[in-house]
Amino acid sequence: MENSFLIKTKELVKIYPIGWKKLAALDHVNLGFEKAEFTGVVGPSGSGKTTLLNIIGSLDVPTAGSAEVLGKKVEDLSNRQAAALRNHSIGFIFQTFNLLPVYTVFENVEFPLLLLGLSADERKQKVRKALEWVDLVDRAKSKPAQLSGGQCQRVAIARAVVKKPAIILADEPTANLDAENSHNILQTMEELNRELKTTFIFATHDEKVIRYIRRKITLVDGKVAKDEVMNPTKAERKGQ
Amino acid sequence: MIIPRLALKNLFGAGLRTWLNVVVLSFSFVAIIGLQGIYDGMNNQAVQALTDAEYGGGQYWQENYDPYEPLSLPDAHAPLPEALLGLKDAGLAAPVLIVQGTIYPSGRIQPVLIKGIDPEQSVISIPTHFLAREDIKLPALIGTRMAKNAGLKKGDTITVRWRDAQGTFDAKDVRIVEVMRTTAQSIDRGQIWVPLKKIQELARMPNEASLVVLAQDTEPLKEGLAGWNFKNLEFLLKDITELVQAKTIGGSIMYVILLLLAMLAIFNTQVLSIFRRRKEMGTLMALGFTRVKVIQLFTLEGAMHGVLAALVAAIYGTPLLVLFTKKGWAMPESVDSYGFAIGDKLIPTYGAGLIIGTTVLVLLVTTIVSFLPTRKIAKLKPTDALRGRMS
Repeated sequence: MENSFLIKTKELVKIYPIGWKKLAALDHVNLGFEKAEFTGVVGPSGSGKTTLLNIIGSLDVPTAGSAEVLGKKVEDLSNRQAAALRNHSIGFIFQTFNLLPVYTVFENVEFPLLLLGLSADERKQKVRKALEWVDLVDRAKSKPAQLSGGQCQRVAIARAVVKKPAIILADEPTANLDAENSHNILQTMEELNRELKTTFIFATHDEKVIRYIRRKITLVDGKVAKDEVMNPTKAERKGQ
Repeated sequence: MIIPRLALKNLFGAGLRTWLNVVVLSFSFVAIIGLQGIYDGMNNQAVQALTDAEYGGGQYWQENYDPYEPLSLPDAHAPLPEALLGLKDAGLAAPVLIVQGTIYPSGRIQPVLIKGIDPEQSVISIPTHFLAREDIKLPALIGTRMAKNAGLKKGDTITVRWRDAQGTFDAKDVRIVEVMRTTAQSIDRGQIWVPLKKIQELARMPNEASLVVLAQDTEPLKEGLAGWNFKNLEFLLKDITELVQAKTIGGSIMYVILLLLAMLAIFNTQVLSIFRRRKEMGTLMALGFTRVKVIQLFTLEGAMHGVLAALVAAIYGTPLLVLFTKKGWAMPESVDSYGFAIGDKLIPTYGAGLIIGTTVLVLLVTTIVSFLPTRKIAKLKPTDALRGRMS
C-alpha cells in the first residue's frame, strides 16, 4: 500500500528561527497522499499548512525527517533538480494568483510549457484546452489587470493544469474570492481532478473549500491532529 | 531562447520606465560618440594639415638640425646627397634650406626664419608657385599670421637681413608676392618662404639644404645617409598626437559623467525591480525557474536597455552626426592660438572602430551594472520571494 503514495512524509520537521527562539512549523508529520486525491490541509493560521505545501512543492526543505515526492527526496534535491521537479510534476495555485502582469492570459498559461520546451503548435493546443477547461478562451488576449479576481484565479488554475502535472498544490485558492467565484473555481478543480486524475492538495481554512474536499487533514501547532475521509454531497458542497 | 524572449517582454511591459532609461542611455551613446568623433576629427584634421603642408611622407634632417634649438641653425645645412637629389629630380622630395634672419617691419626688429624652397615643388601643399616670379629679384611668400603680426600685405617690400655661411651679414629687400592662408601655423608664424636657389646663393650655401621633405607615400631610402637622419611621421607628429591625447582625456571626463548618470538610472531601476518584483521571482521559481535563470533574466532585462538605447541612438544619432560631419563645427579664431591646425571648421570623424567600441563599452557597462543588484537573488528563498520578502 505504501508504494502507491505519490507523496510521503516521514517524521517531517520544519523549524524556523524567530529571534532567539525556534518555532516548529511542522512537528514530526507523517502523511501519505495517493494519486487523484482531493485533499485539504486545514488548521488555524501558523499551524504549518503552507510550510507543508512548500516542502511538498520543493520550494523549501525540511529541518529534519523526510519528504518524498514522486520518488524523490526533497531534502536531497539540488536547486536545479528541485526546479525540474516543480517544472515537470507540480502545479501551484496561490491565494494572490501570482500571474505575471505583463503577459496576457494566453502567455501566462503558456509559460510552464515554454519551460518544458514544447513546440509552438503543441503549446497553442494545450493552452487552448486549458483555457477551455476554465472557460476563458475569449479572454486569452487580456492582461491580468483587465480580469476580475475569479477570472485571475481561473487563469492560475489553467496555468497549473496546462502541463498536466501529477500534483497541484493550492494555497488558500479562494481566500480572495467571493462565494460564487469560490464555488465555480472549486467545481472546476474538482472536474479537473476527476478528468486528469491529478492530486490536489489545498492549504485552507475556508469552509467553502472544506465542503469540496474528500480528505481533511487538520494541523494544529505543526502536528497532525486529525486525518479524516470526507464524503460531501452536492448540496453540502454548495453550502445548502 | 526563453530568457531573451521573457526579458524583452518584461522590458516592453515596463513601459515608460524602460523608455526613460533607454532615452537617457541613448543620450550618453550619442554624446560619447559625438565627443569622441570631434577629438578624432581634430586629430585627423591636424595630422592631415601638417602632413600636407609640412611633413609630407617624412623628412630627412641634416644631422645638426634641431627645430627646438635655434642656435643649431647656422650649422644645420649640408649639400644634398646624390640619393636625395635623385628623389628631388623625380619630384618625390623637396629640399628646404633654413637660415636665420631679421626683418624690419614698421621700424621694428623681428627675427624670422628664412626658408628656401623650390617654387616648382609639389611635395607639400604650399603655394610655392608664387615664388616663380622672374620679374621680382627676391619674391617672398608669407602666411596670414605672419602678415598680421608684421603688418605686411601682398605687394609690400621689406628688408631682410641674414648671415651667410661665412658669418657675414647681408641684407636685401624682398617683395611679398602672396599671403597664403594655411591651417598649419608651423609653416606660417615667424617665417618667410623664398626661392631655394636664391637663398642658397645669398647665404653662400650652394646646393645645400637643412631638411628634405619626402612626398606622401614615398618610402624612405633603404640605406642610411651619412650626415642626414630620417624622421618618420610618427616622430614628427608626436607633439600633436600627445596634445590630442591630453585633450581626449579631458573630454573623456565628460562622457564618463554622462555614462555614470545613465548607469545610475539603470542600477536604480534594477534595484527597484528586484525589490518590487520579488513575488514574480517566487512565481518564476515555483514554475520551474532556477535562481541562476532568474538572475540571467533580470540581468538580461537590464542589459537590453543598452541594446534598445543603441537602436534609439542610431535612429536620431545617425542623421545628427551625419549632419555634423557634413556641416562641421565652426571654430572660433581663438582656436588657432591653441596650437591646433584645424582651420575655421572642424569636421568630426565617426569611424567604425569608434562606434563599435563605444557600443561594446556601453553594453558591457550596462550588463555589469544590471548584474550587480541581481546577486541578491542568489540568496533568495522561493518561499520568501512568494511572500514578497527578501531573504
